[in-house]
Amino acid sequence: MGFTSSNQHHLLSKIATNDRHGENSPYFDGWKAYDSDPFSPTHNPHGVIQMGLAENLLCFDLIQDWIKKNPKASICSREGVDGFKDIAIFQDYHGLPDFRKAVAKFMGRVRGGRVTFNPDRIVMSGGATGANEVIAFCLADPGDAFLVPTPYYPAFDRDLGWRAGVQLVPVACDSSNDFKITEAALEAAYEQAQDANIKVKGLLITNPSNPLGTIFDRETLRSLVSFINKKNIHLICDEIYTATVFSEPNFVSIAEIIEEDMECNRDLIHIVYSLSKDMGLPGFRVGIVYSYNDAVVNCGRKMSSFGLVSTQTQHLIASMLLDDEFVERFVAESAKRLAIRHKAFTMGLLQVRISCLKSNAGLFCWMNLRRLLNESTVEAELALWRLIIDEVKLNVSPGSSFHCSEPGWFRVCFANMDDDTMEVAIRRIQTFVQRKEAVLVAGN
Amino acid sequence: MGFTSSNQHLLSKIATSLGHGEESPYFDGWKAYDKDPFNPTQNPNGVIQMGLAENPLCFDLIQEWIKKNPKASICTAEGVDEFKDIAIFQDYHGLPEFRNAVAKFMGRARGGRVTFDPDRIVMSGGATGANELIAFCLADPGDAFLVPSPYYPAFDRDLKWRTGVQLVPVPCHSSNDFKITKAALETAYEKAQEANIKVKGLIITNPSNPLGTILDRETLRTLVSFINEKNIHLICDEIYAATVFTDSNFVSIAEILSEDIACNRDLIHIVYSLSKDMGLPGFRVGIVYSYNDEVVNSGRKMSSYGLVSTQTQHLIASMLLDEEFTERFIIESAKRLATRHGVFTRGLAKVNIDCLNSNAGLFCWMDLHRLLKESTVEAELALWRLIIHEVKLNVSPGSSFHCSEPGWFRVCFANMDEETMEVALQRIHTFVHQKETVVPTKNKKLWRSNLRTLSFSSRRLGLDEVALMSPHSPIPHSPLLHART
Repeated sequence: MGFTSSNQHHLLSKIATNDRHGENSPYFDGWKAYDSDPFSPTHNPHGVIQMGLAENLLCFDLIQDWIKKNPKASICSREGVDGFKDIAIFQDYHGLPDFRKAVAKFMGRVRGGRVTFNPDRIVMSGGATGANEVIAFCLADPGDAFLVPTPYYPAFDRDLGWRAGVQLVPVACDSSNDFKITEAALEAAYEQAQDANIKVKGLLITNPSNPLGTIFDRETLRSLVSFINKKNIHLICDEIYTATVFSEPNFVSIAEIIEEDMECNRDLIHIVYSLSKDMGLPGFRVGIVYSYNDAVVNCGRKMSSFGLVSTQTQHLIASMLLDDEFVERFVAESAKRLAIRHKAFTMGLLQVRISCLKSNAGLFCWMNLRRLLNESTVEAELALWRLIIDEVKLNVSPGSSFHCSEPGWFRVCFANMDDDTMEVAIRRIQTFVQRKEAVLVAGN
Repeated sequence: MGFTSSNQHLLSKIATSLGHGEESPYFDGWKAYDKDPFNPTQNPNGVIQMGLAENPLCFDLIQEWIKKNPKASICTAEGVDEFKDIAIFQDYHGLPEFRNAVAKFMGRARGGRVTFDPDRIVMSGGATGANELIAFCLADPGDAFLVPSPYYPAFDRDLKWRTGVQLVPVPCHSSNDFKITKAALETAYEKAQEANIKVKGLIITNPSNPLGTILDRETLRTLVSFINEKNIHLICDEIYAATVFTDSNFVSIAEILSEDIACNRDLIHIVYSLSKDMGLPGFRVGIVYSYNDEVVNSGRKMSSYGLVSTQTQHLIASMLLDEEFTERFIIESAKRLATRHGVFTRGLAKVNIDCLNSNAGLFCWMDLHRLLKESTVEAELALWRLIIHEVKLNVSPGSSFHCSEPGWFRVCFANMDEETMEVALQRIHTFVHQKETVVPTKNKKLWRSNLRTLSFSSRRLGLDEVALMSPHSPIPHSPLLHART
């Protein structure tokens, strides 16, 4: 399905014919390898194991259990079908009141009840993908920029840049201080943008971080708030991994910081959220924009028409998340299971002296393979990566696809497979590392 | 929640523009309804909602099907084992069975006269998302689409707001029943050229909103010929395809394509949805169907911004793969729409109010120009405000559809129960009688001769004595906040 000549370029828009959808990035080569040779313990034990997908599959038993006990949450069950019509014809972009209430409640609960959220600020979107784009359309004009600390989620380039035309200006972070964002790095990036005549409209952070799996400490968050207030730019906090925090220290949401900080201009603060990671329901496309700026709520709500959540799903989610006892249990159990997975994986790596960045959140590890590189370059990293895909048969994600400034880091997802598969993956890594090190030693 | 001046600076141009379209008087009627909604028992003098093109007439059929097909849901005891696989599926190709089912249904809604390829089915956030997606794929900011008027008001938002695309109207007139003429197309195209506006496509809604008419074969062929000649796209919003309620077969652009091989298929795109044909607007099932491979490819990537919930994909797939059900549903829906349309238009005819002769859609295009003081938009809006505040009906003024002739109103007839429609008709009767008694003498003669003309007009739909009384509908008044489009 390629392009015919210049005809298509003339016929279609620039957006349709440019590369900003991001799918030509090598990031997707791993996907293709997996798709053509997927691992299956019984049918294809030598296939590629998918470790590039940040999914949370660990607690479906709890959800299915709840569903069996709560048939009225569905408009298709005998108990719930009388509500079918009213739900199916409801298309108000405010969303079902119960849905907004339930999401606001859940957002508070996954922050340990330390903050509360106002249901009237909950704006729906087509997944977090749609939420990021809505935020970009509301806050920036085409050509404007957001600062974004690296390494960052690859699809930000598409979400913010493809149709909304927002540029991303990286704020480099490196391992010398565990990839923390420094004020110096922010200022440098901001000035670089100014020098290039690029108008910076905001700073976008992901907290907990993808791909790092780390959370921001209070001090850093305060300095970010101070920075954006000083520059009068927005702070967009993608908090999509909030409930994946599985050990101390406690997650600190931007919502908490502004509760404490009376001087912050709230019109600058916006949260992006979703149920895709915390609850493991990416198929349901429950994206949320939560803004402290009334005009953004208003505008975002009008824009949500382009990506509302199906009322069938709103209704189900509302019932589920209004069940306090279930939510409490789910969040606690999910964190527990993630902690176990994380530990098993990181310990397995340590056995061959592979370390990961110390992390306490997310569905992945930020694995340090720098010592396996021939040289500290992106090319060497990609060469190693292709080796891992083709020989070790693991689809992991190279740090360069996250715009990491230091070669040699890889994001490895651990929550999207069963225990046995993870065992296989760990063994393969161990074998590979041992072999590679033997080669390196021999080479010396 | 207004703008502070610092906010203007803080937000984007898109956010601070009025491109969302909600400042239009179109929404005043909504506000009036929201404040004072009609309820037969609790608020019998409230505003009746006739501005919402909804199709709730066949929910009994759907609910019955759902009771008999518990596996269609991932939440029933019978279906819950599939919950996990469905909930984690986020591939923008969509569930294969969903694409199969929608392609099949689209064919069936066109009487089986054409078939659709499941691999060309691209999801979007309702038809709202589909329209925007098509604009993003085909046009750059500043480019334009030609659009025959009167047209669906939200096209202004869907096609223009975030995309920066312009709309150039192609005015249509009652003199030929609002048909699109080649002359009008050429004129609009040339006007755009002269203003240095690059026209990238022509967008039509067929069946038409607000007219309720369908395009005949000849017109469709003319359009295809026109766009091929200019090498511009043809976007066909066929969202009302299954609302055609009389025998005239709906001719989809898909049919024309299957006949006319001189057309460049890369120029042809269909927008579809289940919101009208099946009455499921809450489920946000929007579809872009393009004959252009690159548009399918690109559109599919863009669908990430507005995929259909897999919970809903799964339900819809099961439902629409049930051919016996869809066959029965489409026939019964058409029947019930025909009945409604008949009752309503005959009720209007009793007070000599004409509607444009139509056989599709969820509304009538009502002609009230003889009630206008003068043939201007101001007079139309004055009449409209009267209708909202005194007659207490939320109907939609033609000017909000960019109609070039004042005096036309779109009135929805499918979104209420029979008793409510009865009340609405009674109110209209009362209003017309009152208004006509105060028509100034000098116009009375003209009015009477018009009336005689109208009596024999081919546009009249008959004066049968129809019993408007009907048993109270079991459809309850919804306690939920109602929609805005």
